[in-house]
Amino acid sequence: MSLALTQFKLDIDQDGIAHLIWDIPGKSMNVFIEKTLDELDQVIDYVVKTDAIKGCLIRSGKADSFSGGADIEMINHLIDQAQNAQKSPQQVQAVLKLVEDASRMSRLYRKLETCGKIFAMAINGICVGGAFELALACHYRVVSDGPNTKVGLPEIKIGIFPGAGGTQRVPRLAPTADALLMMLKGELLPSETALKHNLVHAVVPKDQIVTKAKELILSAGSAVQPWDRESFKLPSGPVYSKTGMMIWPMASALCRKDTYDNYPAARALLQAVYEGLQVSIDLGLKIESRLFASILKTTAAKSMVRSLFVSTQALNKGARRPSTVVKSNLKKIGVVGTGFMGAGIAAVSAMAGLTVVMIDRTVELAEKGRDTAAATIGSRYKKSPSASEDQLAATNRLIPTDDYAALADCDLIIEAVFEDPDLKAKTLAAIEEHKNPEAILASNTSTLPISGLAQTLKAKSEFLGIHFFSPVEKMRLVELIKGKDTSDRALAIGFDYSRMINKTPIIVNDARGFFANRCVLNYILEGHLMLAEGIPPAMIENAARMAGMPVGPLSLSDEIALDLIHRIIRATQAALGATAINPVQAEIISTMVETHQRFGRKNGKGFYDYTPGAPKRLWTSLSQFQKIHLEPDQLDIDQIKFRLLATQALEAARTMDEKIVEDPREADIGAILGFGFAPFTGGPLSMIDGMGVDLFNHKCDALKALYGERFNVPKLLRDMETRKSHFYN
Amino acid sequence: MRDAFIYDHVRTPRGRGKPDGALHEVTALALAAHVLKAIKTRNPIDPALVDDVVLGCVDPVGEAGGDIARAAALVAGYGLTVPGVQINRFCASGLDAVNFAASQIMAGQQELAIAGGVESMSRVGIGASGGAWAADPSIAIQAYFMPQGISADLIATKYGFDREAVDLYATESQKRAAKAWGESRFTNSISPVTDVNGLVLLDHDEHMRPATSVETLSALKPSFATLAEQAGFGAVALQAHPEIEFINHVHHAGNSSGIVDGAAAVLIGSQEAGKRWGLKPRARIRAFANIGSDPALMLTGPVDVTKKLLKTAGLSIADIDLFEVNEAFASVVLRYMQAFDLDPTKVNPNGGAIAMGHPLGATGAMILGTALDELERTQKSKALITLCIGAGMGTATVIERI
Repeated sequence: MSLALTQFKLDIDQDGIAHLIWDIPGKSMNVFIEKTLDELDQVIDYVVKTDAIKGCLIRSGKADSFSGGADIEMINHLIDQAQNAQKSPQQVQAVLKLVEDASRMSRLYRKLETCGKIFAMAINGICVGGAFELALACHYRVVSDGPNTKVGLPEIKIGIFPGAGGTQRVPRLAPTADALLMMLKGELLPSETALKHNLVHAVVPKDQIVTKAKELILSAGSAVQPWDRESFKLPSGPVYSKTGMMIWPMASALCRKDTYDNYPAARALLQAVYEGLQVSIDLGLKIESRLFASILKTTAAKSMVRSLFVSTQALNKGARRPSTVVKSNLKKIGVVGTGFMGAGIAAVSAMAGLTVVMIDRTVELAEKGRDTAAATIGSRYKKSPSASEDQLAATNRLIPTDDYAALADCDLIIEAVFEDPDLKAKTLAAIEEHKNPEAILASNTSTLPISGLAQTLKAKSEFLGIHFFSPVEKMRLVELIKGKDTSDRALAIGFDYSRMINKTPIIVNDARGFFANRCVLNYILEGHLMLAEGIPPAMIENAARMAGMPVGPLSLSDEIALDLIHRIIRATQAALGATAINPVQAEIISTMVETHQRFGRKNGKGFYDYTPGAPKRLWTSLSQFQKIHLEPDQLDIDQIKFRLLATQALEAARTMDEKIVEDPREADIGAILGFGFAPFTGGPLSMIDGMGVDLFNHKCDALKALYGERFNVPKLLRDMETRKSHFYN
Repeated sequence: MRDAFIYDHVRTPRGRGKPDGALHEVTALALAAHVLKAIKTRNPIDPALVDDVVLGCVDPVGEAGGDIARAAALVAGYGLTVPGVQINRFCASGLDAVNFAASQIMAGQQELAIAGGVESMSRVGIGASGGAWAADPSIAIQAYFMPQGISADLIATKYGFDREAVDLYATESQKRAAKAWGESRFTNSISPVTDVNGLVLLDHDEHMRPATSVETLSALKPSFATLAEQAGFGAVALQAHPEIEFINHVHHAGNSSGIVDGAAAVLIGSQEAGKRWGLKPRARIRAFANIGSDPALMLTGPVDVTKKLLKTAGLSIADIDLFEVNEAFASVVLRYMQAFDLDPTKVNPNGGAIAMGHPLGATGAMILGTALDELERTQKSKALITLCIGAGMGTATVIERI
């Protein structure tokens, strides 16, 4: 029997240990493709049939990682197969085939652990998803102790769940509560935690993982997994036991608490563990496979895999970056204006290895900004073992000054002064005077049109907007604002910079509010109008979270600050006239701000009252904005939820209609990363696709009849309905 | 359809449901057999001709498992011909047993039956039978499963009963129970539990604290706040009733039903059976109903089932002279009175489970007897007995004094 392996190398050492080295050619990280499974299958047969082989040790040929799990293509293929199976004229056969194909990995792993020969895995670096499930099927797992080694099952984060035995083997090793938490949160565990949860057998220094794994193989008695032994006992005992009754009701409650029951995969994951722990491992694996296939069929899985996995990676890899521009090599940047945003920008840039000139009006102010940035850097490195060195290096890259001449050798200069057009214009002019003509100039603004700011500049083409979200170090999105004269080169450098600081950039054409803020302002508006309608304030907030938003519209208003919203409303009215604002909202906000001096969280008084050390509570006098009080049991909670999402989705569709955003992926990812739009929908446009544009339009028409013009469906969606087309095909 | 009549009712005193409770040494079987024996002794019937023994039991596992009703009938000496069936509709099991037995008689399929219930909470333990409702995610998530105390707090929050209101109600329950015992109002129905030598183990309800006042209760911490916060149940409650910003946790051991041991039995038969054995009918079972209600609020079923029952029976709320609403938690009764705008003196006039305890599977049969005794004492006509039920249900029965 001879093996022709492309994904692996197989060497047999003098002790009869077969070393299976996983090393996909031409890729930095091992991933599963169909061929990997084909070859692994052959290897198992070979190991079984070759008497000279005592056991098999699986490890990675990559220096820094084991594997990232399944390849995008493989998951996508299964999702497509699942979606098509439902529409197939031979539905039963198609679904049978789906369950068969979706369980291939699971069946192969079961074959491995019951083949009679001992398998062990030596893990260094990342080992997640299907790769960690392979590890769990091995009889022994040894991991390295470095900070870069992490194991886990993060599938839930993209709308699916571990389908290759993870839901069965993890809770047969770790206590049920730990097992559920790890899989429901999709958390990656450091080596020590994995050992504590009984998920690995040994943690040793990186250079000893192979020796240790080999030692375990050679000293092992038989190749039988714990769960295949007569004496096996579940770590937390049977589901129906005293302990089980402590765990399971709480598991369902915490699942609902965290997911609002919006994620079918989370429910299925719980179900797989609950049912699986009551039967044998073989039956448990079958149950897992059935549930796994059923989840692949869901709209949530399809939308989440697409947006959170496929689209995000595509955007990060430069799907929207002007391709003709050569990749830039930024070394040094300038940040002008070192307040809260400027300091955040400086911090993330320094941590990305860039030297950062921090300019403010005085050296003292610049140094204060530097200190803020240094504190941010400090909190990032708090947990890292190599903290002090990296932290010091990053902090040392911050250069505070009041001298614009220091910008001369910067490749990119970001202006981050207060949102005042005159101040911005003055600052930009000063920067342009001192900067290298080759350098790109960017303005961090959330409200001011870029083309307006460009007017006073000499080199309008070398200028763009970069809209950072607050807090900069946490928010993963930036909007790159393309003014009417912005060059491809400026855009490409903005893109490269965004990737250096580990942000996902979306490209937005210049228009009032850009993309994200337009949607957010609509969301907030809807909340304010619901309040005025007489819906109980808590119901507005809870409905928003139940719809999948991270914070309710009233809470978000307080975070943004009511006086700022007040200024935005007045500015909009000044610029576009009285018809451009909503008088009901304007009345609420001006009463809050002018009559009651309630500015939001910043002064402890907004829609909520904020008492230090106590949970925030809705202001008890909000009823003054309600002429009537609607009876909660008579209200349609699903309609309230839909309204809050639809108003954002409509605005996202309008930005597409107006060609402010040109790619649906950017709208979807922008919404999820920028303001936390219900991730299970895959984003606002995916939501429209997911429910069907005809149904979406129909529901919006009904809302328009009840609540007015703001639910008017844009032409783009009408056309899509007529053409039966989608944002994604 | 013919009538079903209540001929007799008997119950054990309720023992504190803890290892130091007076009935802890008595098995569930012995408790059940005890009330069956009492029925046999008190009534001149041929026990072998009883058509069925229907007993409610909420945690029918271990010693209470495997159809305890048949075992109890045998131990009580009813003869080999008397079958038994154990039923479970959680807290309404004892009342449902009465309704099940009455149904058979009304349908002409049986002549004489015994209905009742038993629960040894100190020996078997509450929740001992497990159940998918709480543990299986496919129902627990959908049905907003949460422990009953959190549902009770949710009801209090939703319908506006603050801590003082629930504590005041609890104090009143204690006062009324103490007065009822003081005036020997339960004497006719109580059968003291004895040991093998005939020595009395318990002859009174052991759980009562007549000295309770709003002040003494105010010292107690809410029982369910931590569980709601840490185990996620509070969030579940708010998702079910999103108009609520936060739950006001008001319930504690002093305003919730007591955990106790006990059993009860009711002799039910047709008119013919009564004549045959020379029994005096005490009340007619006028109508009964069951309903499912919001599982998150869980304990508001009595309101829903009462509406349903009044409608099917052609009665109005004003036709009812007396209400026995099981005091699972104070907010349950307060909500019931609020929903129908009831005169509080007509509701649980002799106290309830807050004072005397709630032996889950037996309570329905017990409070039916309490209502019957009270109708007789006050010479009133109709009583409505109702209980809230786990997973969101309600059971109610209207009886009419003869």
